[in-house]
Amino acid sequence: MLNYLWGFMILIGIVVAAFTGTMGEVTNTAINSSREGVEVCIKLLGALAFWMGIMGIAEKSGLINVLTEKIRPVLRFLFPDIPDGHKAQKYIATNLIANILGLGWGATPPGLLAMKELQKLNLKKDEASNAMCMFLIVNISSVQLISINIIAYRSQYGSINPSEIIGPSILATLISTLTAVVYGKIMERRKRV
Amino acid sequence: MVPVIVMGVLTYGLLKKVNIFDVFVEGARKSVNTILTIMPTLIGLMIAVGIIRVSGTLGYIERILKPLFAFTSFPSELIPLTILRSISSSASLGLVLDLFKQYGPDSFIGRFVSIMMGCTETIFYTMSVYFMSIGIKKTRYTLSGAIIANLAGVVASFYITLWIFGK
Repeated sequence: MLNYLWGFMILIGIVVAAFTGTMGEVTNTAINSSREGVEVCIKLLGALAFWMGIMGIAEKSGLINVLTEKIRPVLRFLFPDIPDGHKAQKYIATNLIANILGLGWGATPPGLLAMKELQKLNLKKDEASNAMCMFLIVNISSVQLISINIIAYRSQYGSINPSEIIGPSILATLISTLTAVVYGKIMERRKRV
Repeated sequence: MVPVIVMGVLTYGLLKKVNIFDVFVEGARKSVNTILTIMPTLIGLMIAVGIIRVSGTLGYIERILKPLFAFTSFPSELIPLTILRSISSSASLGLVLDLFKQYGPDSFIGRFVSIMMGCTETIFYTMSVYFMSIGIKKTRYTLSGAIIANLAGVVASFYITLWIFGK
């Protein structure tokens, strides 16, 4: 998908540039943007190293496991079809906690394991179960509370107070996730066709 | 918020007798791999975004889509991003950084975009990865739910930015 999107963007851009006479700018921008990409990453490394270091401690000390246990009641509400204590719960919890803490990349492996477990519980093997739909919708609504990346990018581009968006972000993400949960619950009550 | 979390984690780690500095370094080391993985992707995407901006393509797209949003006070400069956000994380990131460059991260647009990025996710990529891993094609209400959730996020971000930071 990204292959087409990326190729498309550049090809269309160059074609339009030919018409608008901005070919020179295109070359300049290719060079400047690539340099900028490197700069952004190097600067991001600092914030990321810090955050992943802290989260490493949280993991090693068992704090993540404690949090995972704590959100069990939430999981029972969101996923009533999963028998309590089933492995799927643990994987879903790990995935959600990782996302909440802004460790998106760490969330995918447990997420995939969760899907595997959910498929074992799935009665119609070729169709998504209610739990799967709810899991995906909640994931896509983004449960991330602290986006350390965005804060780092803001700082790089000269923001006076990069972390001012933390509070509003939490509010916005709560709203989107709440919407997801409500929608999921409504759709669950409808009969599966 | 962040200092509170750091304090909590470090305290808990010390109580559990974890070698917090060693573990910190170990975790921090992983970030190097992450960055190395992200970097080529980001370079590619920033070049693509730069080209479509500088050539005027983005301007044309905005102009075409503008009438659809004319009845709202939604800034038309952000229409490409809100659509792209559901499609590709890296492409939208490239666009976000571009918008930071143009308008500054503390402008209305800069703040709205920052908040919006944190409460939305890519739809198609996430769905394909998760469902394909178990071979399911009939996704029922997942797609509609995802679109509605992201839409709610965008709208919420807009009004929250307006309310807290003003225009």
